Amino acid sequence: MTRRFLPVLVVAFTSTALAQIGGDLRFCLRADPKTFDPLLVEDDNSEAVRYLTGGVLLRVNRVSQQFTPELAASWKVDEQGRRITFHLRHGVAFSDGTPFSADDVTYTMNRLMDPQLHSATADPFRSSSIPPRITQLSADTVSVTFGAPVSGLERLFDQVAILSAHSPRKLAAVLGPFQVAEYKPGIEVRLSRNPNYWKTDAGGRRLPYADQIHLQIQQNRDLELVRFRRGEIDLINSVDPEVFERLAHDAPSSVTDAGVSLESEMMWFNQAPSAPLPSYKKAWFASQAFRRAVSEGINRADLARIVFKGHAQPAAGPISPANRFWFNTTLRPHPFDVPSALRRLQEEGFQMRNGQLYDGGGHAVEFSILTNAGNRSRERMATMIQQDLTALGMRVNVVTLDFPSLLERMTQTFQYEACLLGLTNLDLDPGAQMNVWLSSAANHQWNPNQKSAATPWEAEIDRLMRRQASELRPEARKRLFDRVQQIVWEQEPFLYLVNKDSLMALSPQLQNTAPAAVAPQAYWNIEVLRKSSQLAGNR
Amino acid sequence: MTARRLFAIAALGLLLATSFGAGLLPKFSYSAQHREFTDAAPSLRFPLGTDELGRDRMARLLSATRVSLVFAAAASLGALILAALIGGVAGYCGGWCDRALVHGIDLMLSLPWLFLLLAVRALLPLNAAPLTSLLATYALLALLGWASPARVVRAGVRSLRDSEFVLQARAEGVTELRILLRHVLPNLRPILLAQFWTSIPLFILTEANLGFLGLSAGEPFPTWGSLLRELQDPLLVRPEAFAPVAAIALSVVCFKLLSPRGGYQV
Amino acid sequence: MPRWFTRMARQLGALGVTVLLGGALTATLVRTSPGFDTDERLLDPRLDAQSRAAIEAEHAADGNVARFYVRHVGALLRGDWGISPSLKAPIGTLIRSRLPVTAEIMAIGIAGGWVLAFTLALAAVLWPGWARVGGALSVTALSVPAAALAVLIFSTGGPIRAIIALILFPRLFDFLRNLLADAYAQPHIVTARAKGLNPALILIRHVLPVCAPQLLALAGVSASMAFGAAIPVETLCDLPGIGQLAWKAALARDLPVLVSLTMLITLLTQICNAVSDWAGAGLQKGHA
Repeated sequence: MTRRFLPVLVVAFTSTALAQIGGDLRFCLRADPKTFDPLLVEDDNSEAVRYLTGGVLLRVNRVSQQFTPELAASWKVDEQGRRITFHLRHGVAFSDGTPFSADDVTYTMNRLMDPQLHSATADPFRSSSIPPRITQLSADTVSVTFGAPVSGLERLFDQVAILSAHSPRKLAAVLGPFQVAEYKPGIEVRLSRNPNYWKTDAGGRRLPYADQIHLQIQQNRDLELVRFRRGEIDLINSVDPEVFERLAHDAPSSVTDAGVSLESEMMWFNQAPSAPLPSYKKAWFASQAFRRAVSEGINRADLARIVFKGHAQPAAGPISPANRFWFNTTLRPHPFDVPSALRRLQEEGFQMRNGQLYDGGGHAVEFSILTNAGNRSRERMATMIQQDLTALGMRVNVVTLDFPSLLERMTQTFQYEACLLGLTNLDLDPGAQMNVWLSSAANHQWNPNQKSAATPWEAEIDRLMRRQASELRPEARKRLFDRVQQIVWEQEPFLYLVNKDSLMALSPQLQNTAPAAVAPQAYWNIEVLRKSSQLAGNR
Repeated sequence: MTARRLFAIAALGLLLATSFGAGLLPKFSYSAQHREFTDAAPSLRFPLGTDELGRDRMARLLSATRVSLVFAAAASLGALILAALIGGVAGYCGGWCDRALVHGIDLMLSLPWLFLLLAVRALLPLNAAPLTSLLATYALLALLGWASPARVVRAGVRSLRDSEFVLQARAEGVTELRILLRHVLPNLRPILLAQFWTSIPLFILTEANLGFLGLSAGEPFPTWGSLLRELQDPLLVRPEAFAPVAAIALSVVCFKLLSPRGGYQV
Repeated sequence: MPRWFTRMARQLGALGVTVLLGGALTATLVRTSPGFDTDERLLDPRLDAQSRAAIEAEHAADGNVARFYVRHVGALLRGDWGISPSLKAPIGTLIRSRLPVTAEIMAIGIAGGWVLAFTLALAAVLWPGWARVGGALSVTALSVPAAALAVLIFSTGGPIRAIIALILFPRLFDFLRNLLADAYAQPHIVTARAKGLNPALILIRHVLPVCAPQLLALAGVSASMAFGAAIPVETLCDLPGIGQLAWKAALARDLPVLVSLTMLITLLTQICNAVSDWAGAGLQKGHA
């Protein structure tokens, strides 16, 4: 009896002992990653893999929103913001054991800047016509020199995963906490622990805690929810408000509202002069009073309460309050104020007759709001705005189109009147939004690719954005960008509607979680995440 | 008339009468948002509760019933006319014409028509009323839905063409046109009628499936398909949100009971 | 030259023409569909002018649909399916990795649908009491929209693979019931039953041979019905099969994937129909 019992005990003991190091985490990707090359990442799913496997020189801490050293032990910006010099960490090796050195940084930067690569990550590095020069100063020192001063230079390196110059395993050799172990298209990307990851915990144990991460490819959110409830996955990085409410009802400890996120929902009127719209409609859309009146006619609090079940707040401007440094704290969301809106319209020459609004030329005010089919919350918002604006005598048609059709109207034919879409700011720094605010830019959605600024306020935004781009003192840049936010608030080329909360589902077994408002919200500190069963084994 | 057919006619009549009757009542608005009563449970005021924007589900369901039934019947008629023309020509002419048309029918059934739907929706003027866009969608469904019934019509015409009474008529020197009008067409009537009744539920179900994918009428206009979108997260909705499924099922059953039995059509 | 050879050659020719025509029509449809020239990536504010130009050039490459089609068909003949622009993967690999998933759900769906439909149809014909049960079940299955049915079964954790069977069953049931009813009404079978012959023997020896041509035709049709059902089922239930690939490609306006898939599907449908036609004709001849 005893002899039989003993091996059982031993097995039980060793398995707990193994469990203290090991353990698997599981969560879902929405689709297959389009690339495993960290320099070519463009979609969210590849971005997730890059975040989990790539080692970077420095990182923006997702909670404190401050730069933290990673592979670079320290760095210095000099020559009036034209140069950044990195001092690399010693004793770091790639996942396959190849030692990490300045060669790898040089190799990565050179490959990134190759014009043939067409990397979206590289474009922000090319803000001046002279390409950046990479100089290897010693085995552990590398500097990157830019043609012109770049404000907020450090942030660019948060996206650059360092590749190995010498490893025979090429892209498979990584410096991040995990490495890609297996990829089954349509099913799963399995990541295994990087045995050579350089970080250790306070007790000196090598991170990450988890042995493997199973990134299951799951497009359907319902199935993701079902799996989460069954305990088959450990977290859902972002959940819809309905799902959140349902989970909060059934298992309150499994959901977290990490507060307002960087995501905002907005609507804008088409002001492109080439748009095939009647001239009186163009005149409405170009009128600040009209845009302000529409904005005041929208009940943002209702949008947040009904469409987002209270997990959103009325938005004031282009920067979410989640962006601690850059948000202009003096701005308040436009109030829901129908009398004021009607006053504005009247002053602009609009008239209300039998509940229908007419412009000075006698044209009934009627327009369509375009949004993408399949996005329930946008469809609901548009439908609510449709009802809200009947109080102003405006007749609104809600049109949903599949995304490519919408994109064609929005960017090529300009055959639309108003559009409702969302915006995800990946980058905290306003430098990343140059292509949105400059009147000459392609992403200046309400009137893109202008030869010269169409309005005085757009010209002022152009000036302010250019100045902040070459200004190095953060406080001075902040003052310039605060003014941009102020102008956008006054002119409302974009009517910001709500800022959504960052909602996630985390298994109560998951330890060391620190939900953040910035992506990747739930797993930004992946190296220290582990399940409580693993913790028990640790004692 | 059998009891089943009577039941079907009574049920459909009731469905249509209620939905048209409700349309006359001003209280029943399918678009009014009662924002203090979102996701409300059934009550006297809202017999089926309210949806996520606080709209009366009952009013929306009745309005959708009206639209979906009328439009499905119209689309079915349109498809049938096409099927009769094309299938009739193929079956009556025979030879290479028949072979080409049969291949055409096969081709019709294997192309990704979803694109045409997407395209037509995207090409409609943005200020087109939701009813217009729905009309376009159904017209397109009718344009695409002829292939299956055309096969049946073709088979029917072929067997009529080779039937003894037609051969006899031809031997007696009756003109082809007269044969077509006096002999073939009247005998084709039961087939066409059967096709009409069988394809209405098909159009209803197609619109329902399209609506489920978000390709039916725009907000706030309700159709059976667009009402089904609430069920995309079936775990999150109340049982009364399944009412459109029940309405669809009831009407499909009724049409099924009305359509004559027999024949080998799939 | 033997007659069967000319017939076969003619059939093959027609098959080839249909497939090519299907591909060409699809290519034109996709090319002219709205949003063909757009790319979501262009919304990324990080991109500079050169990167935008590079993305636009990618689209321009497939802009001339005739040139694209000739090139694509040429490559197909060499066994090269090309690369999917939206999924950034070789189309051959995509199809190969997804085919087993679709084949499995179709096989289970067809088998399940046939077993259910045939058993109930036979029961309905032999024992009139069962006619109601079968009829009620079939009408119920028919009257629930397939998409709603799929989502319902899927999100309650039910057997996803049963969905296609449930979609096929009512369509097969009606056909089979009518077919079997006609067969059992034939004088020689009525006599055999009256004599008290073993029912299984009657079915195998007499009924099935009579029905064989129609059964085979139905088998061919049920394959294409099953595939038609696979598209929404795979899309809604998140199964990585061919149907889901088609849906994703449609939303992304992925010209090469859609053209390849249409040609493949047209080919398979035509082969299924032709095989059931031949078999049917052969059987009829044998029977006569």
